[in-house]
Amino acid sequence: MNIQAMMVRVLLALIPGFLLMAYSFGPGVIINVGLAMLFCTGFEAMMLGLTRKPLRVLTDGSALVTGALLGLALPPYLPVGYLLIGCLFAMVLAKHTYGGLGRNLFNPAMVGFAVLIVSFPLAMSTWPDPGHRLADPLLVFSVKLHNGDALPVLIDGISRATPLDEFKFRGALTVAEFWDQFGPENARAWLYINLGFLFGGLYLVYSGVCHWRAPTAMLFTLAALSLPGYDYGSSASTGTPFMHLFSGATMLGAFFIVTDPVTSPNSTSGQWVFGVGVGILTYVIRVTGAYPEGIAFAILLMNGASPLIDHIEFRLRPHPGHSA
Amino acid sequence: MTEAFLILLGTIFVNNFVMVQFLGLCPFMGASQQFDSAVGMAAATTFVLTLSSAISYLVEHYVLVPFDLQYLRIISFIVIIASLVQFAEIIIRATQPILHQILGIFIPLITTNCAVLGVALLNVRQSLNFFEATLYGFGAALGFSLLLIMFAAIREKQAQQNIPVAFRGAAINMITAGLLSLAFMGFTGMD
Repeated sequence: MNIQAMMVRVLLALIPGFLLMAYSFGPGVIINVGLAMLFCTGFEAMMLGLTRKPLRVLTDGSALVTGALLGLALPPYLPVGYLLIGCLFAMVLAKHTYGGLGRNLFNPAMVGFAVLIVSFPLAMSTWPDPGHRLADPLLVFSVKLHNGDALPVLIDGISRATPLDEFKFRGALTVAEFWDQFGPENARAWLYINLGFLFGGLYLVYSGVCHWRAPTAMLFTLAALSLPGYDYGSSASTGTPFMHLFSGATMLGAFFIVTDPVTSPNSTSGQWVFGVGVGILTYVIRVTGAYPEGIAFAILLMNGASPLIDHIEFRLRPHPGHSA
Repeated sequence: MTEAFLILLGTIFVNNFVMVQFLGLCPFMGASQQFDSAVGMAAATTFVLTLSSAISYLVEHYVLVPFDLQYLRIISFIVIIASLVQFAEIIIRATQPILHQILGIFIPLITTNCAVLGVALLNVRQSLNFFEATLYGFGAALGFSLLLIMFAAIREKQAQQNIPVAFRGAAINMITAGLLSLAFMGFTGMD
Protein backbone atom coordinates (compact mmCIF):
# COMPACT_ATOMS: atom_id res chain seq x y z
CA MET A 1 0.00 0.00 0.00
CA ASN A 2 1.51 3.37 -0.92
CA ILE A 3 1.48 6.40 1.33
CA GLN A 4 -1.34 8.11 -0.50
CA ALA A 5 -3.68 5.11 -0.18
CA MET A 6 -2.86 4.87 3.52
CA MET A 7 -3.54 8.55 4.13
CA VAL A 8 -6.85 8.39 2.26
CA ARG A 9 -7.92 5.51 4.49
CA VAL A 10 -6.87 7.37 7.62
CA LEU A 11 -8.98 10.35 6.51
CA LEU A 12 -11.94 8.05 5.77
CA ALA A 13 -11.57 6.43 9.18
CA LEU A 14 -11.71 9.83 10.88
CA ILE A 15 -15.11 10.63 9.35
CA PRO A 16 -17.46 8.87 11.86
CA GLY A 17 -15.79 10.47 14.88
CA PHE A 18 -15.64 13.81 13.06
CA LEU A 19 -19.35 13.77 12.23
CA LEU A 20 -20.33 12.85 15.80
CA MET A 21 -18.10 15.61 17.10
CA ALA A 22 -19.61 18.15 14.72
CA TYR A 23 -23.08 16.99 15.78
CA SER A 24 -22.22 17.45 19.49
CA PHE A 25 -20.23 20.66 19.37
CA GLY A 26 -21.61 22.41 16.31
CA PRO A 27 -20.06 23.91 13.20
CA GLY A 28 -16.92 25.04 15.05
CA VAL A 29 -15.53 21.53 14.66
CA ILE A 30 -15.96 21.57 10.89
CA ILE A 31 -14.29 24.96 10.64
CA ASN A 32 -11.41 23.88 12.88
CA VAL A 33 -10.72 20.80 10.80
CA GLY A 34 -11.12 22.59 7.50
CA LEU A 35 -8.89 25.50 8.42
CA ALA A 36 -6.25 23.24 9.99
CA MET A 37 -6.12 21.10 6.85
CA LEU A 38 -5.83 24.23 4.72
CA PHE A 39 -3.08 25.81 6.87
CA CYS A 40 -1.10 22.56 7.14
CA THR A 41 -1.17 22.08 3.38
CA GLY A 42 -0.09 25.69 2.94
CA PHE A 43 2.85 25.32 5.32
CA GLU A 44 3.79 22.02 3.71
CA ALA A 45 3.85 23.70 0.27
CA MET A 46 5.89 26.57 1.69
CA MET A 47 8.46 24.24 3.24
CA LEU A 48 8.67 22.08 0.12
CA GLY A 49 9.45 25.26 -1.79
CA LEU A 50 12.08 26.38 0.72
CA THR A 51 13.82 23.01 0.80
CA ARG A 52 13.58 22.76 -3.01
CA LYS A 53 11.57 19.58 -3.07
CA PRO A 54 9.01 18.82 -5.80
CA LEU A 55 5.53 20.10 -5.01
CA ARG A 56 3.94 16.80 -6.04
CA VAL A 57 4.98 15.49 -2.60
CA LEU A 58 1.84 17.34 -1.47
CA THR A 59 -0.33 14.69 -3.06
CA ASP A 60 0.73 12.09 -0.49
CA GLY A 61 -1.94 13.61 1.78
CA SER A 62 0.13 13.55 4.95
CA ALA A 63 -0.36 17.28 5.53
CA LEU A 64 -4.13 16.78 5.29
CA VAL A 65 -3.99 14.02 7.91
CA THR A 66 -1.89 16.14 10.27
CA GLY A 67 -4.30 19.03 9.79
CA ALA A 68 -7.35 16.84 10.40
CA LEU A 69 -5.86 15.32 13.58
CA LEU A 70 -4.84 18.71 14.94
CA GLY A 71 -8.21 20.23 14.04
CA LEU A 72 -10.05 17.43 15.85
CA ALA A 73 -7.91 17.86 18.96
CA LEU A 74 -8.61 21.59 19.31
CA PRO A 75 -11.69 23.05 21.00
CA PRO A 76 -14.23 24.55 18.58
CA TYR A 77 -14.29 28.36 18.28
CA LEU A 78 -10.57 28.57 19.03
CA PRO A 79 -9.32 31.89 17.57
CA VAL A 80 -7.97 31.47 14.09
CA GLY A 81 -4.57 32.90 15.04
CA TYR A 82 -4.01 30.15 17.60
CA LEU A 83 -4.91 27.56 15.03
CA LEU A 84 -2.40 29.06 12.62
CA ILE A 85 0.33 28.91 15.28
CA GLY A 86 -0.49 25.25 15.98
CA CYS A 87 -0.24 24.37 12.29
CA LEU A 88 3.02 26.33 11.97
CA PHE A 89 4.70 24.41 14.79
CA ALA A 90 3.29 21.10 13.58
CA MET A 91 4.39 21.38 9.99
CA VAL A 92 7.49 23.55 10.07
CA LEU A 93 9.18 22.78 13.38
CA ALA A 94 8.11 19.20 14.01
CA LYS A 95 8.13 17.91 10.45
CA HIS A 96 10.20 19.82 7.94
CA THR A 97 13.20 20.78 10.07
CA TYR A 98 13.70 17.01 10.35
CA GLY A 99 13.46 16.52 6.61
CA GLY A 100 9.75 15.91 6.05
CA LEU A 101 7.57 12.84 6.00
CA GLY A 102 9.10 9.70 7.45
CA ARG A 103 11.91 11.42 9.33
CA ASN A 104 10.12 13.43 12.00
CA LEU A 105 10.90 12.40 15.58
CA PHE A 106 7.67 13.70 17.13
CA ASN A 107 4.13 13.40 15.88
CA PRO A 108 3.50 16.80 14.20
CA ALA A 109 -0.16 17.12 15.25
CA MET A 110 0.72 16.44 18.89
CA VAL A 111 3.53 19.02 18.80
CA GLY A 112 1.05 21.59 17.49
CA PHE A 113 -1.43 20.66 20.21
CA ALA A 114 1.17 20.72 23.00
CA VAL A 115 2.50 24.13 21.93
CA LEU A 116 -1.04 25.52 21.99
CA ILE A 117 -2.09 24.06 25.33
CA VAL A 118 1.11 25.23 27.00
CA SER A 119 0.83 28.72 25.50
CA PHE A 120 -2.95 29.31 25.71
CA PRO A 121 -4.22 27.03 28.48
CA LEU A 122 -7.50 28.88 29.06
CA ALA A 123 -8.65 29.05 25.46
CA MET A 124 -7.49 25.48 24.89
CA SER A 125 -9.55 24.02 27.72
CA THR A 126 -12.77 25.91 26.99
CA TRP A 127 -15.16 23.62 25.13
CA PRO A 128 -18.76 24.50 24.24
CA ASP A 129 -21.45 22.64 26.13
CA PRO A 130 -22.91 19.96 23.86
CA GLY A 131 -26.40 20.83 25.05
CA HIS A 132 -26.17 24.38 23.74
CA ARG A 133 -24.94 24.41 20.20
CA LEU A 134 -24.52 27.80 18.59
CA ALA A 135 -27.71 28.25 16.60
CA ASP A 136 -26.33 30.68 14.06
CA PRO A 137 -23.43 29.24 12.07
CA LEU A 138 -22.39 32.73 11.00
CA LEU A 139 -21.68 33.60 14.62
CA VAL A 140 -18.84 31.11 14.43
CA PHE A 141 -16.94 33.32 12.07
CA SER A 142 -17.29 36.37 14.24
CA VAL A 143 -16.10 34.42 17.29
CA LYS A 144 -13.37 32.82 15.29
CA LEU A 145 -11.95 36.06 13.95
CA HIS A 146 -12.10 37.81 17.29
CA ASN A 147 -9.00 38.01 19.39
CA GLY A 148 -8.50 35.49 22.19
CA ASP A 149 -9.47 37.69 25.13
CA ALA A 150 -12.95 38.26 23.82
CA LEU A 151 -13.61 34.57 23.26
CA PRO A 152 -14.74 33.52 26.74
CA VAL A 153 -16.98 36.59 26.98
CA LEU A 154 -18.75 35.95 23.70
CA ILE A 155 -19.66 32.34 24.42
CA ASP A 156 -19.40 32.39 28.18
CA GLY A 157 -22.86 31.06 28.91
CA ILE A 158 -22.36 27.98 26.83
CA SER A 159 -18.75 27.05 27.38
CA ARG A 160 -17.02 25.00 30.03
CA ALA A 161 -14.09 22.66 30.56
CA THR A 162 -14.33 19.07 29.38
CA PRO A 163 -15.69 16.44 31.81
CA LEU A 164 -12.20 15.02 32.26
CA ASP A 165 -10.88 18.43 33.29
CA GLU A 166 -13.69 19.32 35.70
CA PHE A 167 -13.66 15.83 37.16
CA LYS A 168 -10.13 16.40 38.41
CA PHE A 169 -11.08 19.61 40.21
CA ARG A 170 -14.46 18.47 41.56
CA GLY A 171 -13.49 19.00 45.22
CA ALA A 172 -15.21 16.72 47.71
CA LEU A 173 -17.91 15.43 45.36
CA THR A 174 -18.28 11.69 44.88
CA VAL A 175 -18.36 10.34 41.33
CA ALA A 176 -22.16 10.00 41.29
CA GLU A 177 -22.66 13.52 42.64
CA PHE A 178 -20.24 14.89 40.06
CA TRP A 179 -22.15 13.42 37.13
CA ASP A 180 -25.46 14.61 38.58
CA GLN A 181 -24.13 18.11 38.67
CA PHE A 182 -22.22 18.03 35.42
CA GLY A 183 -25.04 16.71 33.32
CA PRO A 184 -25.02 13.32 31.67
CA GLU A 185 -25.44 14.66 28.12
CA ASN A 186 -21.86 15.95 28.20
CA ALA A 187 -20.45 12.56 29.10
CA ARG A 188 -22.69 10.95 26.51
CA ALA A 189 -21.39 13.26 23.78
CA TRP A 190 -17.79 12.26 24.56
CA LEU A 191 -18.78 8.60 24.68
CA TYR A 192 -20.31 8.76 21.19
CA ILE A 193 -17.32 10.66 19.81
CA ASN A 194 -14.93 8.08 21.22
CA LEU A 195 -17.06 5.25 19.86
CA GLY A 196 -16.87 6.94 16.45
CA PHE A 197 -13.08 7.06 16.58
CA LEU A 198 -12.96 3.48 17.90
CA PHE A 199 -15.05 2.39 14.91
CA GLY A 200 -12.72 4.22 12.51
CA GLY A 201 -9.69 2.80 14.27
CA LEU A 202 -10.97 -0.75 13.96
CA TYR A 203 -11.44 -0.14 10.24
CA LEU A 204 -7.78 0.98 10.02
CA VAL A 205 -6.61 -2.15 11.81
CA TYR A 206 -8.88 -4.33 9.70
CA SER A 207 -7.67 -2.81 6.43
CA GLY A 208 -4.04 -3.22 7.46
CA VAL A 209 -3.15 0.48 7.62
CA CYS A 210 -2.00 0.21 11.22
CA HIS A 211 -1.19 -2.57 13.62
CA TRP A 212 -3.23 -3.48 16.69
CA ARG A 213 -0.49 -3.89 19.30
CA ALA A 214 0.24 -0.37 20.56
CA PRO A 215 -3.45 0.71 20.79
CA THR A 216 -4.35 -2.52 22.58
CA ALA A 217 -1.44 -2.12 24.99
CA MET A 218 -2.33 1.51 25.64
CA LEU A 219 -6.06 0.93 26.22
CA PHE A 220 -5.51 -2.07 28.49
CA THR A 221 -2.87 -0.24 30.52
CA LEU A 222 -5.13 2.78 30.93
CA ALA A 223 -8.05 0.58 32.03
CA ALA A 224 -5.90 -1.52 34.36
CA LEU A 225 -4.40 1.52 36.07
CA SER A 226 -7.73 3.28 36.54
CA LEU A 227 -9.32 0.18 38.11
CA PRO A 228 -7.64 0.46 41.55
CA GLY A 229 -7.95 4.26 41.37
CA TYR A 230 -11.74 4.01 41.01
CA ASP A 231 -12.16 3.45 44.75
CA TYR A 232 -15.93 2.72 44.47
CA GLY A 233 -16.64 6.26 43.33
CA SER A 234 -15.60 8.06 46.52
CA SER A 235 -14.58 11.70 46.49
CA ALA A 236 -10.94 10.64 46.07
CA SER A 237 -11.73 8.44 43.09
CA THR A 238 -9.78 8.98 39.88
CA GLY A 239 -12.75 7.90 37.78
CA THR A 240 -13.95 4.65 36.30
CA PRO A 241 -11.93 2.78 33.67
CA PHE A 242 -14.93 3.43 31.44
CA MET A 243 -14.53 7.17 31.84
CA HIS A 244 -10.83 6.99 31.01
CA LEU A 245 -11.44 4.91 27.90
CA PHE A 246 -14.39 6.86 26.54
CA SER A 247 -13.71 10.48 27.30
CA GLY A 248 -11.23 13.05 26.09
CA ALA A 249 -9.10 12.03 23.16
CA THR A 250 -8.49 8.44 24.23
CA MET A 251 -9.69 6.65 21.10
CA LEU A 252 -8.44 9.33 18.71
CA GLY A 253 -5.00 9.08 20.29
CA ALA A 254 -4.97 5.30 20.57
CA PHE A 255 -5.79 4.51 16.96
CA PHE A 256 -4.68 7.54 14.97
CA ILE A 257 -1.62 8.88 16.76
CA VAL A 258 -0.08 6.06 18.80
CA THR A 259 -0.07 3.98 15.61
CA ASP A 260 1.96 6.54 13.63
CA PRO A 261 4.64 4.29 12.10
CA VAL A 262 7.23 7.06 11.86
CA THR A 263 7.31 8.18 15.47
CA SER A 264 6.85 4.83 17.23
CA PRO A 265 9.24 1.87 17.53
CA ASN A 266 9.64 -0.46 14.56
CA SER A 267 9.77 -3.80 16.34
CA THR A 268 6.69 -5.62 17.58
CA SER A 269 8.00 -5.85 21.16
CA GLY A 270 8.90 -2.16 20.98
CA GLN A 271 5.32 -1.35 20.00
CA TRP A 272 4.01 -3.12 23.11
CA VAL A 273 6.41 -1.13 25.27
CA PHE A 274 5.38 2.07 23.49
CA GLY A 275 1.67 1.41 24.04
CA VAL A 276 2.11 0.55 27.71
CA GLY A 277 4.25 3.68 28.20
CA VAL A 278 1.62 5.93 26.61
CA GLY A 279 -1.07 4.31 28.78
CA ILE A 280 0.85 4.84 32.02
CA LEU A 281 1.84 8.43 31.22
CA THR A 282 -1.66 9.35 30.04
CA TYR A 283 -3.17 8.08 33.30
CA VAL A 284 -0.56 9.79 35.47
CA ILE A 285 -0.84 13.15 33.70
CA ARG A 286 -4.66 13.01 33.64
CA VAL A 287 -4.90 12.22 37.33
CA THR A 288 -2.11 14.34 38.82
CA GLY A 289 -1.05 16.85 36.18
CA ALA A 290 -2.17 20.42 35.67
CA TYR A 291 -3.30 19.96 32.06
CA PRO A 292 -6.74 18.60 31.17
CA GLU A 293 -5.60 15.91 28.76
CA GLY A 294 -2.50 13.76 29.13
CA ILE A 295 -2.49 11.96 25.81
CA ALA A 296 -0.56 14.53 23.78
CA PHE A 297 2.24 14.81 26.35
CA ALA A 298 2.32 11.04 26.89
CA ILE A 299 2.71 10.47 23.16
CA LEU A 300 5.41 13.14 22.78
CA LEU A 301 7.39 11.66 25.68
CA MET A 302 7.18 8.18 24.21
CA ASN A 303 8.04 9.56 20.75
CA GLY A 304 11.26 10.85 22.30
CA ALA A 305 11.89 7.49 23.92
CA SER A 306 11.20 5.36 20.86
CA PRO A 307 14.73 5.52 19.35
CA LEU A 308 15.95 4.26 22.74
CA ILE A 309 13.34 1.48 22.75
CA ASP A 310 14.44 0.48 19.25
CA HIS A 311 18.08 0.60 20.29
CA ILE A 312 17.56 -1.62 23.35
CA GLU A 313 15.39 -4.03 21.36
CA PHE A 314 18.13 -4.30 18.74
CA ARG A 315 20.71 -5.10 21.42
CA LEU A 316 18.52 -7.71 23.07
CA ARG A 317 17.44 -9.41 19.87
CA PRO A 318 19.46 -12.54 19.09
CA HIS A 319 21.56 -12.00 15.98
CA PRO A 320 22.31 -15.34 14.34
CA GLY A 321 25.77 -15.48 12.86
CA HIS A 322 27.21 -12.86 15.15
CA SER A 323 28.87 -13.52 18.42
CA ALA A 324 27.80 -11.00 21.07
CA MET B 1 9.16 4.54 51.78
CA THR B 2 6.44 6.34 49.82
CA GLU B 3 8.28 9.57 50.54
CA ALA B 4 11.49 8.15 49.04
CA PHE B 5 9.63 6.92 45.98
CA LEU B 6 8.06 10.34 45.48
CA ILE B 7 11.43 12.08 45.72
CA LEU B 8 12.80 9.75 43.04
CA LEU B 9 9.83 10.23 40.69
CA GLY B 10 9.88 13.97 41.31
CA THR B 11 13.54 14.38 40.45
CA ILE B 12 13.50 11.99 37.49
CA PHE B 13 10.37 13.26 35.74
CA VAL B 14 8.53 16.21 37.27
CA ASN B 15 11.58 18.37 38.04
CA ASN B 16 13.95 16.73 35.62
CA PHE B 17 17.22 18.59 35.89
CA VAL B 18 17.89 18.76 32.17
CA MET B 19 14.43 19.26 30.72
CA VAL B 20 12.65 21.28 33.41
CA GLN B 21 15.38 23.06 35.38
CA PHE B 22 17.76 23.39 32.42
CA LEU B 23 20.84 22.32 34.39
CA GLY B 24 23.58 20.10 33.00
CA LEU B 25 22.92 21.05 29.40
CA CYS B 26 26.60 21.05 28.36
CA PRO B 27 27.21 17.31 28.84
CA PHE B 28 23.66 16.69 27.57
CA MET B 29 24.63 18.27 24.24
CA GLY B 30 28.33 17.40 24.34
CA ALA B 31 28.44 13.76 25.41
CA SER B 32 25.41 12.42 23.54
CA GLN B 33 27.06 11.86 20.17
CA GLN B 34 27.47 8.12 20.65
CA PHE B 35 25.20 5.79 22.53
CA ASP B 36 27.90 3.84 24.36
CA SER B 37 29.85 6.85 25.53
CA ALA B 38 26.58 8.42 26.69
CA VAL B 39 25.94 5.36 28.87
CA GLY B 40 29.45 5.68 30.32
CA MET B 41 28.97 9.37 30.94
CA ALA B 42 25.61 8.69 32.60
CA ALA B 43 27.18 6.12 34.93
CA ALA B 44 30.07 8.42 35.85
CA THR B 45 27.74 11.36 36.49
CA THR B 46 25.43 9.19 38.61
CA PHE B 47 28.40 8.13 40.72
CA VAL B 48 29.66 11.67 41.22
CA LEU B 49 26.24 13.26 41.74
CA THR B 50 25.05 10.75 44.35
CA LEU B 51 28.25 10.84 46.39
CA SER B 52 28.69 14.59 46.11
CA SER B 53 25.19 15.28 47.40
CA ALA B 54 25.83 12.96 50.36
CA ILE B 55 29.26 14.38 51.21
CA SER B 56 28.28 18.00 50.68
CA TYR B 57 25.39 17.42 53.08
CA LEU B 58 27.82 16.17 55.73
CA VAL B 59 30.22 19.05 55.12
CA GLU B 60 27.40 21.59 55.28
CA HIS B 61 25.97 20.29 58.54
CA TYR B 62 29.11 19.21 60.42
CA VAL B 63 31.70 21.73 59.22
CA LEU B 64 30.20 24.81 57.61
CA VAL B 65 27.24 25.44 59.91
CA PRO B 66 28.97 24.70 63.30
CA PHE B 67 31.93 26.92 62.44
CA ASP B 68 29.76 29.58 60.80
CA LEU B 69 31.55 29.21 57.49
CA GLN B 70 28.56 29.24 55.13
CA TYR B 71 30.27 31.83 52.94
CA LEU B 72 32.68 29.06 51.92
CA ARG B 73 29.83 26.87 50.75
CA ILE B 74 30.28 27.10 46.99
CA ILE B 75 34.03 26.74 47.04
CA SER B 76 34.00 23.77 49.41
CA PHE B 77 31.29 22.03 47.37
CA ILE B 78 33.35 22.53 44.23
CA VAL B 79 36.40 21.01 45.91
CA ILE B 80 34.31 17.99 46.95
CA ILE B 81 32.94 17.57 43.43
CA ALA B 82 36.35 17.98 41.81
CA SER B 83 37.95 15.35 44.02
CA LEU B 84 35.07 12.93 43.37
CA VAL B 85 35.44 13.49 39.63
CA GLN B 86 39.16 12.81 39.92
CA PHE B 87 38.35 9.64 41.83
CA ALA B 88 35.85 8.59 39.13
CA GLU B 89 38.40 9.26 36.42
CA ILE B 90 40.99 7.04 38.12
CA ILE B 91 38.44 4.23 38.36
CA ILE B 92 37.37 4.57 34.73
CA ARG B 93 40.96 4.74 33.47
CA ALA B 94 41.85 1.60 35.39
CA THR B 95 38.78 -0.45 34.55
CA GLN B 96 37.51 0.88 31.20
CA PRO B 97 40.43 2.25 29.18
CA ILE B 98 38.41 2.40 25.94
CA LEU B 99 35.58 4.35 27.56
CA HIS B 100 38.20 6.63 29.09
CA GLN B 101 39.54 7.35 25.64
CA ILE B 102 36.10 8.00 24.15
CA LEU B 103 34.93 10.29 26.94
CA GLY B 104 38.28 12.10 27.12
CA ILE B 105 37.75 15.68 28.20
CA PHE B 106 34.17 15.08 29.26
CA ILE B 107 35.13 13.27 32.47
CA PRO B 108 36.95 16.25 34.03
CA LEU B 109 34.09 18.38 32.74
CA ILE B 110 31.67 16.62 35.09
CA THR B 111 33.14 19.05 37.62
CA THR B 112 31.59 21.93 35.72
CA ASN B 113 28.29 20.11 35.16
CA CYS B 114 26.03 22.68 36.74
CA ALA B 115 23.57 19.97 37.74
CA VAL B 116 26.11 18.55 40.20
CA LEU B 117 26.71 21.82 42.02
CA GLY B 118 23.06 22.71 41.55
CA VAL B 119 21.88 19.60 43.40
CA ALA B 120 24.32 20.19 46.26
CA LEU B 121 23.13 23.78 46.67
CA LEU B 122 19.45 22.92 46.27
CA ASN B 123 19.82 20.29 49.00
CA VAL B 124 20.91 22.99 51.41
CA ARG B 125 18.09 25.31 50.43
CA GLN B 126 15.40 22.64 50.71
CA SER B 127 16.67 21.60 54.18
CA LEU B 128 16.35 17.87 53.54
CA ASN B 129 17.76 15.25 55.90
CA PHE B 130 20.81 13.17 55.00
CA PHE B 131 18.87 10.28 53.48
CA GLU B 132 16.61 12.57 51.45
CA ALA B 133 19.56 14.64 50.24
CA THR B 134 21.38 11.56 48.97
CA LEU B 135 18.24 10.28 47.33
CA TYR B 136 17.64 13.67 45.75
CA GLY B 137 21.11 13.53 44.23
CA PHE B 138 20.58 9.98 43.04
CA GLY B 139 17.20 10.84 41.49
CA ALA B 140 18.64 13.90 39.78
CA ALA B 141 21.41 11.70 38.38
CA LEU B 142 18.91 9.12 37.13
CA GLY B 143 16.86 11.85 35.44
CA PHE B 144 19.98 13.25 33.82
CA SER B 145 21.09 9.76 32.73
CA LEU B 146 17.70 8.92 31.26
CA LEU B 147 17.66 12.08 29.17
CA LEU B 148 21.29 11.74 28.09
CA ILE B 149 20.76 8.16 26.92
CA MET B 150 17.43 8.97 25.26
CA PHE B 151 19.05 11.87 23.45
CA ALA B 152 22.02 9.75 22.36
CA ALA B 153 19.64 7.20 20.85
CA ILE B 154 17.80 9.99 19.04
CA ARG B 155 21.06 11.40 17.67
CA GLU B 156 22.29 8.02 16.49
CA LYS B 157 19.02 7.54 14.66
CA GLN B 158 19.24 10.99 13.09
CA ALA B 159 22.82 10.45 11.98
CA GLN B 160 21.49 7.88 9.51
CA GLN B 161 18.76 10.18 8.26
CA ASN B 162 18.85 12.92 5.74
CA ILE B 163 18.26 15.98 7.89
CA PRO B 164 18.17 19.16 5.72
CA VAL B 165 21.64 20.71 5.51
CA ALA B 166 20.55 23.93 7.18
CA PHE B 167 19.47 22.07 10.32
CA ARG B 168 22.18 19.44 10.62
CA GLY B 169 24.20 19.25 13.81
CA ALA B 170 23.61 21.71 16.62
CA ALA B 171 20.46 23.22 15.10
CA ILE B 172 18.40 20.02 14.98
CA ASN B 173 19.72 19.03 18.42
CA MET B 174 18.47 22.28 19.88
CA ILE B 175 15.08 21.78 18.24
CA THR B 176 14.86 18.21 19.51
CA ALA B 177 15.86 19.28 23.02
CA GLY B 178 13.24 22.04 22.92
CA LEU B 179 10.49 19.68 21.81
CA LEU B 180 11.50 17.14 24.48
CA SER B 181 11.28 19.91 27.04
CA LEU B 182 7.81 20.74 25.72
CA ALA B 183 6.84 17.11 26.28
CA PHE B 184 8.16 17.27 29.85
CA MET B 185 5.85 20.23 30.52
CA GLY B 186 3.12 17.59 30.69
CA PHE B 187 4.37 16.80 34.19
CA THR B 188 3.61 20.35 35.35
CA GLY B 189 1.52 20.55 38.47
CA MET B 190 2.57 17.28 40.09
CA ASP B 191 4.33 17.55 43.42
